[in-house]
Amino acid sequence: MRLLAFAARNRKEILRDPLNLAFGIGFPLAVLLLLSAIQANIPVDIFAIDKLVPGIAVFGLSFVSLFSGMLIAKDRSNSFLMRLFTTPLSASDYIMGYTLPLIPMAILQIAVSFVAAFFLGLPITANVLLSIIVLIPTALLFIGIGLLAGSVFNDKQVSGICGALLTNLSAWLSGTWFDLNLIGGWFKEIAYALPFAHAVDAGRAAIFGDYAAILPHLWWVCGYAVVIIVIAIFAFRQKMNGDIA
Amino acid sequence: MNAIQTVNLTKRFKDKTAVDSLNITIEQGELFALLGVNGAGKTTTIKMLTCLSKPTSGDATLLGASIISKPHAVKEKINVSPQETAVARNLSVRENLQLIAEVYGFDRKAARSKVEEMLRTFSLTEVSGDKAKILSGGMQRRLSIAMALISNPQILFLDEPTLGLDVIARRELWTVIAKLKGKITIILTTHYMEEAEALSDRIGIMANGRLKAVGKAAGLMAETKTTTLEEVFVLLATNEEGAR
Repeated sequence: MRLLAFAARNRKEILRDPLNLAFGIGFPLAVLLLLSAIQANIPVDIFAIDKLVPGIAVFGLSFVSLFSGMLIAKDRSNSFLMRLFTTPLSASDYIMGYTLPLIPMAILQIAVSFVAAFFLGLPITANVLLSIIVLIPTALLFIGIGLLAGSVFNDKQVSGICGALLTNLSAWLSGTWFDLNLIGGWFKEIAYALPFAHAVDAGRAAIFGDYAAILPHLWWVCGYAVVIIVIAIFAFRQKMNGDIA
Repeated sequence: MNAIQTVNLTKRFKDKTAVDSLNITIEQGELFALLGVNGAGKTTTIKMLTCLSKPTSGDATLLGASIISKPHAVKEKINVSPQETAVARNLSVRENLQLIAEVYGFDRKAARSKVEEMLRTFSLTEVSGDKAKILSGGMQRRLSIAMALISNPQILFLDEPTLGLDVIARRELWTVIAKLKGKITIILTTHYMEEAEALSDRIGIMANGRLKAVGKAAGLMAETKTTTLEEVFVLLATNEEGAR
């Protein structure tokens, strides 16, 4: 009951901020439409809708980190979290309360990208559903990044780190905007040492029905998600048990 | 049983001692005002008593529960209206109250009933559907105190509740706080001498992390041979500054 009350509050706070909806759903959709328009006039293999949509979904998910990070950082900055820390809510109530509302939001965000892609020519197959499922660990990864950023940084820092740095990192190093093989070398190595390119490749493998190729990429994403979430929980507990400034 | 009893409660931050061996006893139903200049240790004391900050040494018991060994039991008995107005900005007045009631374990039906009671008590019914962020400073502070009372706390901490409010809003809050006297134990920190004098049963004056004097306003004035509480405060705080 306590956890659900707190989770409901967090859901309302996020959904009632129009900027969240604009950036979380509107911006990725606008990019999807723009790149599809380019593809229609100047065909580029990587912008084919079945290759493009998993990348757009991952790009859209990067904004989930911004939502959760900003919410937690703002709660810390305006004493609201301090007030809650004096209540009987437990550490797990806070962590679950911040995480739970974001999971359906992230899944909905992925689904919106795919539904938009149907109108742009993506065939409706069972593999689309598989691709959405394959992208759920990526959603958890970005939720974890937001929890970590919100626990450690203030709202201005979260805005810069999640709003600018993370969205760009996850875009440029994901292989969505250009083929990483074209650049190769250290750039490709860095990209594949991070989880974003693996997330997009796993989503693409699912769409193409290349089932054997899914897991090797998905393990990278799951590994990163587990590590980031564990660090985030540790950081949040440290804040909670430490001296609140 | 005392509402609050501290035993050598101490908090150190590196080389600074924010609270130095605080020993204080507050009875149930008492309204106790804690006065002090900025940095005197009032807010650090409140943070330790509300389990937000662990003491470096010493302990405190709130209605028999230790802040060190039984913080969860302490949290069930208390509520806080922090120095800054701590409300969920995008939630309505009603939703803010409902949230806190449910966080303290009320089921949805009981929470709704408590929300209605608080809306009436604090004259918030007309703005119950408004988002907290559009309320005036005074109304936000009133909501903050209503949120602190909705859980039926046995001990209520009001950390500078009227800071930044205009005279009318301050007087309105005084009326609300005065109505609570005797019903629950209230710890009030404030910079306003007239507020402490008008509302409190006893006053404690802190300076440089130490409790310099405790007593009724009239008693403190008699002890220090002064005629106003402000003179008492200036005398004790200035002596302490000089002693540093």
